[in-house]
This record gives sequence, C-alpha cells and structure tokens, in this order.
Amino acid sequence: MAEVPGDLKFAETHEWARVEDDGTVTVGISDHAQESLGDVVFVELPEVDAEVDAKGEAGVVESVKAASDIYAPVAGTIIAVNETLEETPETVNESPYGDGWFFKLKPNDLNQMHDLLSPEDYENFCENEDDH
Amino acid sequence: MGNRTPLYELHIAAGAKMVDFGGWDMPIHYGSQIEEHHAVRLASGMCDVSHMTIVDVGGEQCREFLRYLLANDVERLAVGDALYSVMLNQSGGILDDLIVYRQQERYRLVVNCATREKDLAWMRAQGEAFDVRIDLRDDLAIIAVQGPESIEQCIRVTGVASLVDLKPFTATWFNDWYVARTGYTGEQGLEIMLPNQDAAELWSALQQAGVEPIGLGARDTLRLEAGMNLYGSDMDESVTPAEAALSWTVAPSGDRDFIGREALDAGRPGRKLVGLVLTERGVLRAHYKVRAAGQEIGEITSGAFSPTLQHSIALARIDSRAAGPLTVDIRGKQLPVKQVRPPFVRNGNRVFKIIE
Repeated sequence: MAEVPGDLKFAETHEWARVEDDGTVTVGISDHAQESLGDVVFVELPEVDAEVDAKGEAGVVESVKAASDIYAPVAGTIIAVNETLEETPETVNESPYGDGWFFKLKPNDLNQMHDLLSPEDYENFCENEDDH
Repeated sequence: MGNRTPLYELHIAAGAKMVDFGGWDMPIHYGSQIEEHHAVRLASGMCDVSHMTIVDVGGEQCREFLRYLLANDVERLAVGDALYSVMLNQSGGILDDLIVYRQQERYRLVVNCATREKDLAWMRAQGEAFDVRIDLRDDLAIIAVQGPESIEQCIRVTGVASLVDLKPFTATWFNDWYVARTGYTGEQGLEIMLPNQDAAELWSALQQAGVEPIGLGARDTLRLEAGMNLYGSDMDESVTPAEAALSWTVAPSGDRDFIGREALDAGRPGRKLVGLVLTERGVLRAHYKVRAAGQEIGEITSGAFSPTLQHSIALARIDSRAAGPLTVDIRGKQLPVKQVRPPFVRNGNRVFKIIE
C-alpha cells in the first residue's frame, strides 16, 4: 500500500488532485484504483490545451483487467501530460502518487478543490464501496 | 466463502489477490499478472489448478463408454497417453472440453470446474447403458508447472531424473503422484496430480527453488497467446467443434457412434473462430463487436493485451463468409485488426501468420 501524501484530494471516481505552488493542479489515479485495475498496459492522455470539465472525460486507462475512463477532478485547461506513460504504463502501478501522474491542468476555479474528498474521507469511501 | 484448495493458505501468504472462480477462492495474481506471464515464458511458473475436476472412469466397458461419450477417439491411446477432446450433446454443441489420460485399468478425465455438476450428471446418465464406474477424485490436487525451465526445476525438487524423458502428451506414475507432460500455456511443462495432503509441501519446495507462483490472470493470457480455447468464453453448448476451430479434435473414425456425431454430419457451420491482432494502442476484449465493410459479422470471445507480443490479441467468432478488412468497435472507435491463424506464441516466440 503506497503512503497517501496528505496534500492530495480525491474524486469518487478514484482520481487524485494536488494543487502545486504555482496554482496548477496535477492529476493521477489513486493507489486503490491501480490496485483494483491490476497491471496498466495503455494510458490514453488528453491533448495539451484541451478544455476539460469537472467530472468530464479526460483519458482512458487500460489494464489487464478492464478499460476505464479518467475524469478531470476540476475544470480547467490541460497544460502538460505525462508522456512517459506511453512507453512505461507500469509506472502508474509502481508510483501512483509520484511518477505515475497523468496530466496537469490550469484550473478555472480552485474552489472546486473543496468538492473533493480528503485522504481520510476517500479511504472511508473506498471501504464502503468494497463492501457493496 | 467459496471452496478452497489445499494451497489456499500458501496463496494468501504469498500475497495473492483472491477472486471467486466458479465457486472457488482462487488467486488472480500475486502482485503483477504481467511479470507472472513473463516468468512462464522465460523461466518457470506454477499454477494451482486444483479447482479443476478429476474424474476416473473404470469398469469393464470404460473404453466403449468413452468412445461413445467423447468426440475424439480414445481407441488409439496406449497406457500413459493423453488426448484432448470435447464432449458434445446430441445437437453437436460443446458440453465441455477435457483431457483424457489412459491409465492401466481405467481412464482419467480432467474437466472444467464451472461445468463440474453438469458434466457429472451427463456422464452418469450416459453411463447407465454401460458397465462403468465413475469416480470423482476430490482427494487430489493439481499443480501445473510450466515454462522452459519447469522440468529441470521439477527434477531438482523431486529428485526424479526420468521426468526429462516424459514425452509431450504422456503421463506416468511416481508412487501415488500422476505426472503429465501437458499444460495450458504453450510452453513445455508438467501437470502434477497428487493427494491433497502432499500439495503444500511440493508447492513450497518449488517456490524455494525459484518457481514463480502464477495466478489465473496470467494463466489466461498464456493460454490465449497459445491459441487455446477457454470453455465458457470461446465455446459453450451453442457452439459446435467446427465453430470453435476444434474440428481437428473430432476423430472421423468410420462407423464409431459418438454423441453429437449425427448433428455434426448434418450441420454446416455458419461461423468460424479466428485469431485477431491489433497493432494500434488499445485492448481487444470479450464481446467487442467485429465488423467487415461496416457490417457486424461477429464478436470477440477472448481478448487481452499480449505481454509477449506487446500488443493486443483476441479470438473472435465471425461469419464464415465474411470478407475484406476487419475492424473492431473499441468503445465507439472502429480500429483495424488483422485476421490471423492462432497460435500467436509458441515456446516464447511469435508464430502467427496473417491471413490476407
């Protein structure tokens, strides 16, 4: 189980988001998500400069088990994508909160971060979800 | 809680992620399905397949019974020979696929786990007209040890040097262990049937020697690369052997009467099972639709990312008359695929041929 950095916020669709010092937001998928997907084999990333909505589709992750959509936790403009994932998608499994990040965006409204879950709330959310 | 094999505790101790598989708690992987896959292609791996059903068929008429029950013909099997066969219903649909081993006084069948009750009921009903005894062997476990180094590893661990002489698709006894040179991976290897109480000791000794535990996830991608069908995915009772690329397993022996023969003789298959290869990024998965010239002509029955080939491969059942370039609908996108003749991988190497 990877250590959850305290400065992350989580979406119920299992993405994490972190506000950087320059006000941009980095997005990836949670340790819980990579664990339940199993080995990641392809990642489809959004285009740089694309506009994404909060909870809007922003990519696809394909694992040995399933294909699943990636949603943007907050609305904004994509400013960078993690191109190394094209060659080494397993980074998502190895380092979900570090080198396995998916994209960075310039948020339209940083207040949308408040709609996301804290690490503790997210952990509770996952436990309840697993029970169903 | 599902059924547990004698190796359940060892799976948990090795960090397995357990899933329900036909009523059994089985390991899907022990961390990385892809690394487990490579271990079998490059060195050796072992898979607990004790959930599969072993049925011994003996009695005065066991040979006559199996010649009637199975579409392949046990007639030519010498003691120690193994044979792959399907078991058909009267309309030629596949009830199950299995391996039958000829032992001294009887035959041993290894059938699937999800079909266990159905198969037993069917075999017992068909067996009423014969002098046969049908024994379920729940006292036995099965460990499949597969990969280029698997046999030397087994020799190292068991001390039985003569394992090296075991020919493909044969089996032999070592005390009360029945060791078969069979498998479901496209690599050399052994399937060891042994008393439940011996299983944990053998598993631990193999693990100590460096044989990697392999979950059912990697077992599935290994068998798909090897072009082997999975019952319940690539075939079921609505599918005949010809529609599952298994005509080669139906023995066309002159006047032998076997269940399903009449239907097979009368029918003309309208569908065929083919291999597909996607070289673009993406993963072909079961039930994705296959199209030719925009028309839907069938669907994928098994699909996966091939760790050996580093692209996606699939088996698909399509209309026999379909012609022209094929595409697969992947989440709304039509991606071009190449039709190939499986297997995709044998002994670690790419072997498929593209059908133009």
